[in-house]
Amino acid sequence: MSTQPWVEKYRPKNVSEVAYQEEVVNTLTRALETANLPHLLFYGPPGTGKTSTALAIARQLYGPELVKSRVLELNASDERGIAVVRDKVKAFAAAAVGAPDPRYPCPPYKLLILDEADSMTQDAQNALRRTMETYSRVTRFVLLCNYVSRIIEPLASRCAKFRFKPLQPAVMAGRVEHICEREGVTMQAGAMQALAAVSGGDLRRAITTLQSAARLGGGTVDRATVLDVSGQVPPEVIAALAGACRAAARGSRFADLQRLVAGAIAEGYAAQQVLAQLQVELLTGGSASDPKTDLKLAGALEALGAADFALTLGADESLQLLNAAAQIRAAFVAA
Amino acid sequence: MLWVDKYRPKALDDFELHKGIADNLKKLVATGDFPHTLFYGPPGAGKKTLVMALLRAIYGPGVEKVRVETKPWQIELPSRKLEVELTTLSSAHHLEMNPADVGNHDRYVVQEIIKDMARSRPLNTDGSKGFKVLVLNEVDRLSREAQQGLRRTMEKYSSACRLVMVCSNVSKVMEPVRSRCLCVRVAAPTDDQVMGVLQTVTRTEGLNLPPLFAGRLVDYSARNLRRALLCLEVCKAQRCPFTDDQEPQRADWELYIAEVAANIMSEQTPKQLYLVRGKLYELLANCVPPELIMRNLLFELLKKMDDEVKLEAVSYAAQFEQRLQEGAKAIFHLEAFVARIMAIVKQYATSMMA
Repeated sequence: MSTQPWVEKYRPKNVSEVAYQEEVVNTLTRALETANLPHLLFYGPPGTGKTSTALAIARQLYGPELVKSRVLELNASDERGIAVVRDKVKAFAAAAVGAPDPRYPCPPYKLLILDEADSMTQDAQNALRRTMETYSRVTRFVLLCNYVSRIIEPLASRCAKFRFKPLQPAVMAGRVEHICEREGVTMQAGAMQALAAVSGGDLRRAITTLQSAARLGGGTVDRATVLDVSGQVPPEVIAALAGACRAAARGSRFADLQRLVAGAIAEGYAAQQVLAQLQVELLTGGSASDPKTDLKLAGALEALGAADFALTLGADESLQLLNAAAQIRAAFVAA
Repeated sequence: MLWVDKYRPKALDDFELHKGIADNLKKLVATGDFPHTLFYGPPGAGKKTLVMALLRAIYGPGVEKVRVETKPWQIELPSRKLEVELTTLSSAHHLEMNPADVGNHDRYVVQEIIKDMARSRPLNTDGSKGFKVLVLNEVDRLSREAQQGLRRTMEKYSSACRLVMVCSNVSKVMEPVRSRCLCVRVAAPTDDQVMGVLQTVTRTEGLNLPPLFAGRLVDYSARNLRRALLCLEVCKAQRCPFTDDQEPQRADWELYIAEVAANIMSEQTPKQLYLVRGKLYELLANCVPPELIMRNLLFELLKKMDDEVKLEAVSYAAQFEQRLQEGAKAIFHLEAFVARIMAIVKQYATSMMA
């Protein structure tokens, strides 16, 4: 079906198919053979296979039929306050298991998957503590999150922790080529590198970008489409901005900087993307002969960080970008 | 009919400004299907126009028969029942809403609507199940929780309901949501493009557009096409035919902010601060968004300042605007910004004297 996103279509069906997370896969495969699982906590950046692994475990343990009754998946889309933990989660955790399916391992416990667990409130997490222990005989919990630090310590210590790491470009290329082959998409030279660069180890992002690019390009994917679809800022815009920051010492005017920033905003580039690419440009493009470069860069990077933080909190793009550029310029003058 | 609406391209084929994007969208819907999309770009760049043309390309002219509905939604929460009233714009094929209208309850409302759309899936002529489109305006104003909630909902109901989201500040849309969408960047038209549109419109209307006046209009519009066309029409109402010495009419609130900036630069005393405060209140009372006041005020001030103090002014503006977003009462932060600006201007002036 063409309507199905490829991310869903090519989700791994078995734990062993999960790409690149060898330690996790090995440990889990062994655990699955004995059908004896501890509570699990998966953490790592987006698009590294956490949800896929959890779903694969469920499918391998129970088979397609029993999954419906033995597995409960709750994510941030569902109401998940303390009331739900007390009622729904507890009710599910407490229920006895039914008859097993002889074709699958079907261990005598249920699986409760809490996706995006780091967006649960502290209270709700606290309410889970005792539930996890009391019903551990009949229910195993799988917690998934991006930031392990947002899971309260008592919960984390009750689980076996697995870290999912960002995918290496080569591994990603393997998966992407597999999908291209199945979908009849041809990748042109340079497209794969571009894809790996823009996705930064996030396989979901890579596949979504690939699908969008393939749709726009009608079956062939080239570098320009990938960059366009992923919202990259053209290098010349970044170079001009970095140039204006550096040139401050040579008497460039503040108004020039203001004009460049206004231009970048009007073009609609995402400010955070501009910041990220500006950082790369500043780190790689400077002249090594200048002894004070390190000091300048330190000031510049601090300004970039502050702006990114403010943007995440919801501040105005044009003001933050202008401020970051002005601060970088000042850092270059001062050092 | 306003010129802005009259000259708005209706079909993807009619686009001249964003021809590249329109062509891509055409390819995208050629199969009768498309992924979740997110249009982002500055105001007046043509995002909504593209969205409507996209819907038309999928469903035909039926999407233009819209009705405005204010309907109470009853949402069952585990602890209580929630009733929210929401105004939506809908046709047989799509539904358009402004999630920011419902304030704190946006997460429940958005999910409820998506689930509701998924329940009543339309049937295609060939008997297969079709999908509806939910257009979410200003998603950058959607709360964090609502965006969290969208993550899985978007995947789960993707076969029944497509989301088309529109926003101007893409940084406020969280990464997991962005990564689930096809992101389309809609750049503001360049000065030349704005000029081109103005010339086409005046030619079609049978008017003469003097070049100097046109240049001023383009400058004033700051690459915002909507602003340019609205202003052109206002100017026509004022004086027609156009002359070369005509000034584009600026909006009242812009003139008012310029006046505030002049007040700040002319005198830096507590008394003046009090006067400015009154004017800021006046602006807020007239529903000018505080972040817009802050931004315009800064740009007006930058015009009048010496280069030496600009850095500090910009950094204070950025700092107070961020606080404004997080805080509850805008006037505190606006006033704090003005006080800061007065302090640095005064300091600079005294250091020059010494």
